[in-house]
Amino acid sequence: MAAAIAPSRPLPRAAASPLARRRRRAALMFLLPACLMFGIYVIYPIASSIVLSFYQWDGVGDRSFIGLANYQELFHAPTFYVALKNNVLWLLLLMLAPPIGLAFALYLNQTVRGGRLVKSLFFAPFVLPGVVVGLVFSWFFDPAFGLLKTLLGIGIPVLGDERYATFGVIFAALWPQVPFCMILYLTSLTGINPEAIEAGRMEGAKGWSLLWHVVLPQLRPATFMSVTLTVIAALRSFDLIAVMSGGGPYDSSTVLAYFVYDQAIKYFRFGYSAAIAVVLFLIMGVFIAYQLRRLLRSES
Amino acid sequence: MYPLPIARWKPAARTAYKLSLPIALLVWLLPLIAVALTAVRSPEELMQGNYWGWPRDFSLLANLRTVLFDSPMLHYFWNSCLITLPAVFGAIALSATAGFALATYPFRGNTALLATFVAGNFVPVQILMIPVREITLRLGLFNTVEALILFHIAFQTGFCTLFLRNFIKELPYELFEAARIEGATEWQLFLRIVLPLIGPALAALAILVFTFVWNDYFWALCLTQGDEAAPITVGVAGLKGQWTTAWNLVSAGSLLAALPSVLMFFAMQKHFVAGLTMGATKG
Repeated sequence: MAAAIAPSRPLPRAAASPLARRRRRAALMFLLPACLMFGIYVIYPIASSIVLSFYQWDGVGDRSFIGLANYQELFHAPTFYVALKNNVLWLLLLMLAPPIGLAFALYLNQTVRGGRLVKSLFFAPFVLPGVVVGLVFSWFFDPAFGLLKTLLGIGIPVLGDERYATFGVIFAALWPQVPFCMILYLTSLTGINPEAIEAGRMEGAKGWSLLWHVVLPQLRPATFMSVTLTVIAALRSFDLIAVMSGGGPYDSSTVLAYFVYDQAIKYFRFGYSAAIAVVLFLIMGVFIAYQLRRLLRSES
Repeated sequence: MYPLPIARWKPAARTAYKLSLPIALLVWLLPLIAVALTAVRSPEELMQGNYWGWPRDFSLLANLRTVLFDSPMLHYFWNSCLITLPAVFGAIALSATAGFALATYPFRGNTALLATFVAGNFVPVQILMIPVREITLRLGLFNTVEALILFHIAFQTGFCTLFLRNFIKELPYELFEAARIEGATEWQLFLRIVLPLIGPALAALAILVFTFVWNDYFWALCLTQGDEAAPITVGVAGLKGQWTTAWNLVSAGSLLAALPSVLMFFAMQKHFVAGLTMGATKG
């Protein structure tokens, strides 16, 4: 996502020639629509949510300023810690997607007849709507007749059990995430330097050591992208939870993203909901900053 | 090439590999195949518990007919089209101009602006939820397809701008200078020189944005209420009842909801993958 880019120089002040003025005006015109839309629908809402998190508001009446009370309540709410714990589970378990995706890519990186179709079919779960993936796996986990019951012989109500619900949903989330990482690795594998591989083979490197010492270092960009985008996917998880478990049973499978939605749309606690969103934003901010730093570093 | 090409494997291993491919594929897509199988069964058959046997009577058409005409699914499908197509067009148009400006004019704050677009795209969307709902209400657009179109255009513009800016940056700058010397205005330069050259990038982006917007569920939940403007994702999720679920109908509906994204992907595979992996091979 971050290509090498030349540093942008500010225009010298003295160069306010008609030509430079014309170009500056053109730049403004070209940028205006995008900036306007992005400002209204993305930048302003972030600021607005941060402000709102210090208020109590039911979405209809007047707002009343309550300082940090929303945050105090949040840090004493058991559901918050359940959501946080589930977020960590999501992060850790979804991290299986890059290595499994790599394994798939290595398995499929061969030229056989119909190979492209096979790769595309492996990739297909990624293009399915999250809602459909959720429905497919609700069916899969159904204790009366689902695929899991057929495989195991006994029906376990995975999504109806507080102990298993989160794992069930994460399992479903891996299904589209793995092929996404796979495709990143597959593309990277075709761009790999064949001479380095042959040289490694000449030196007697085989199997694991060849993969670890020669191949993986060349796949670094793909690994970086897979991990970053998997982190974001993990923290954003909403669709699957909404469809499969609705955060339940008893909020046991909720995550921060779903908690935010639940408090606002179901309980009309807009200020409180905004406070949860701000906490999620701050957590995600670490990753955003990391990604941005990388982008800006490649600028200079 | 890594791993070792199978042409250099022992014949037995090569055959084993080729045989393993369809089996692996079958296992991987089993959940999907199971759903597709359910879509062809009749309600009576499901009642009797025939989930895995060979379907006795093929009811795919009957199920599809029920889903299409006895439920508002066709209406949802149409809503999805009304939302997705303008959103794709709008996001591409805004980001093409913005990407062009960021790639071509080295004004102060250029990099900062780019960083803002990128960062904005990584934020958890939930932090935008309440204010975007408020804006939508205040514009009088709540529960309309326009509400979703506007939001999707704005949000997708961030990612698309970065993508197109990098693409335009790779074009030979001498071309721009030559056009200017010929007397082209900046607008003509964009329209006549740049736009034709970034065709492939626009196609790749259009497909990506199409699937993102088509598959969206969260914003549809936040900005619509009831049937009027709801897209197909909401419609299909609604088929899963709280107590009983007609799985043959859910399956048929799911196929309908998934079809456009999947078709789009298979039709324009190369573009799709190129768009998705643009960052993975570079940087």
